[in-house]
Amino acid sequence: MMKILVAVKRVVDYNIKVRVKPDGSDVDIDGVKMGVNPFDENAIEEALRLKEQGKAIEVIAVSFGTQVNQDVLRHALAMGADRAILVESTAKLQSLSVAKLLKAVVEREQPNLILLGKQSIDDDAGQMGQMLAGLLNYPQATFASSIKIEGNEATVTREVDGGTETLALNLPAVITADLRLNEPRFVKLPNLMMARKKPIETMSADELGINLEPRLKLLKVNEPPARKPGIRVNSVEELLNKLRAEEGITL
Amino acid sequence: MKTLIIAEHNGKQLSPAVQQAVTAAQFWQAPVDLLVAGGNDAIVQAAASITGINRVLHANAVYLAHPLAEDVTNLILSIASDYQVILAAHSSFSRNILPRVGALLDVAMISDALTIHADNTYKRSGYAGNVHNVIRSTDNIQLLTVHSSNFAAASLGGSAEVINIDVPASFTKTRWISETHNLSDRPALSSAKIVVSGGRSLGSAENFEEILAPLATKLGAALGATRAAVDAGYAPNDIQVGQTGVVVAPELYIAVGVSGAVQHTYGMKDSRIVVAINQDPDAPIFQVADYGLVADLFEAVPTLTAALN
Ligand SMILES: Cc1cc2nc3c(=O)[nH]c(=O)nc-3n(C[C@H](O)[C@H](O)[C@H](O)COP(=O)(O)OP(=O)(O)OC[C@H]3O[C@@H](n4cnc5c(N)ncnc54)[C@H](O)[C@@H]3O)c2cc1C
Ligand SMILES: Nc1ncnc2c1ncn2[C@@H]1O[C@H](COP(=O)(O)O)[C@@H](O)[C@H]1O
Repeated sequence: MMKILVAVKRVVDYNIKVRVKPDGSDVDIDGVKMGVNPFDENAIEEALRLKEQGKAIEVIAVSFGTQVNQDVLRHALAMGADRAILVESTAKLQSLSVAKLLKAVVEREQPNLILLGKQSIDDDAGQMGQMLAGLLNYPQATFASSIKIEGNEATVTREVDGGTETLALNLPAVITADLRLNEPRFVKLPNLMMARKKPIETMSADELGINLEPRLKLLKVNEPPARKPGIRVNSVEELLNKLRAEEGITL
Repeated sequence: MKTLIIAEHNGKQLSPAVQQAVTAAQFWQAPVDLLVAGGNDAIVQAAASITGINRVLHANAVYLAHPLAEDVTNLILSIASDYQVILAAHSSFSRNILPRVGALLDVAMISDALTIHADNTYKRSGYAGNVHNVIRSTDNIQLLTVHSSNFAAASLGGSAEVINIDVPASFTKTRWISETHNLSDRPALSSAKIVVSGGRSLGSAENFEEILAPLATKLGAALGATRAAVDAGYAPNDIQVGQTGVVVAPELYIAVGVSGAVQHTYGMKDSRIVVAINQDPDAPIFQVADYGLVADLFEAVPTLTAALN
């Protein structure tokens, strides 16, 4: 029976509009509400459902970052993950470094399936799953909206531009979750209490012997240029007049 | 120094965004080769007709009829040593493949570059477009996808040389099973001149069709939708506009009953003119709209449709 590893990133809550630091060196996330990357919640949920269907015996959540990442791992445990691993590093972790770290965890844990979010909502990179699959020479299916496991094969429907695509992957494989994969369950308070008893193992990224030097240097962070302020129109007629006369749009 | 573009196609046609990728590639002022994986003669000829390119490399094999990320990656790796820049237009196709290539070349990939500057420097957005990051790559190979709507399309009329290249053995651990296309007579969402988008407030798939389709038809527009409308089953998933959907930048974007969440505006705020119709005067969509009409969409949209010639 399968063992599933889920990668869980800690990001700024998706409802929050981040601010740029006055010196433009980065965004200011001091004291800002943090949470599980939304797509990673779908990944956890799917892993739990596979376990509930009797397809998997163990769900392990892993996060890369500092001690503060305990909160997102607790959330995963409260949802129902069996145990968690925190790989600690104070380096600025970019997708390529995290993929290498995650590969090391995969080699240790030997999961049959690795589930990730399709993209993190802070960097909007959307790279980690594909990178990990490449490093491991595993099959990959990104942007998954449905996953079925039968024996040694995962059948995955992916959301692609203009429609969907269905693939069959030999396990072990890497799959990244889209929002429509499932509706993540709510965490109930008693589960949160129980999750405190579940183990979080901590290891240091340094022990894994991977060069974490960021390849992409962040030079500057800007607020994007604002659109010029618009105007209110009072009727459809006025709207059409403006579009035709002032914007030169033929309608 | 040479540049390689991964040329996307759907088995029938070359993606129009390849022409924009070619313009982006000219930044490096180096010969540009286009790689076509699979595809037919018409696609290869269309690629060869893009002006400003050096050669089209055509890789054909039965297993490339539906190109998988694993196979296209191995194909790119088989020729990568000739290139210092490898790029593609940002799409679900390229996003699926290029990070895998990056990992195997040990290169950090740049996703969805908005602009390209000297010294391997790029601007790209983060936090659903709430910030712009200026980043510099320290890798020897530049590997990126580009935000097509920021680059003009290279013209057609050229006739570049076409070369058939060898293909590596297929990756057999993944099998293509099937695909579905949401067929529509409307223009493609990502390249349409006008887009009419609807939100959850349409209330049903029937309303979405009955209220928005006549307007879109009269305007020759593509239809778009918010995630909330897609999740509610009012519209197919491939017309979702936003951070996790399609990014559009038409001449005119008409948002109907759309609240204007950042995840949605990420996908449309580069449109030239934005019109918003919403009954809530405080809806955030009005902050990105050039023309805002506070009205009930069920009255305003039919009136608008009727008022068009
Ligand atoms: C990780 C993540 C990614 C996301 N990605 C996307 C994405 O790619 N695209 C996307 O769109 N969303 C995305 N979302 C969801 C996004 O946050 C919003 O929830 C969504 O865009 C809201 O859709 P809506 O405007 O249709 O619905 P609502 O927010 O419910 O807004 C409905 C609007 O309709 C107006 N209205 C109601 N009745 C009428 C009427 N009769 N006439 C006129 N106006 C009326 C209301 O005033 C309101 O403003 C994402 C969310 C997350 C967490
Ligand atoms: N620091 C991290 N810790 C755990 N998982 C991560 C981390 N960074 C990225 N991931 C995973 O990789 C996915 C894609 O991330 P990205 O490539 O950054 O968009 C996320 O949805 C997570 O599942």
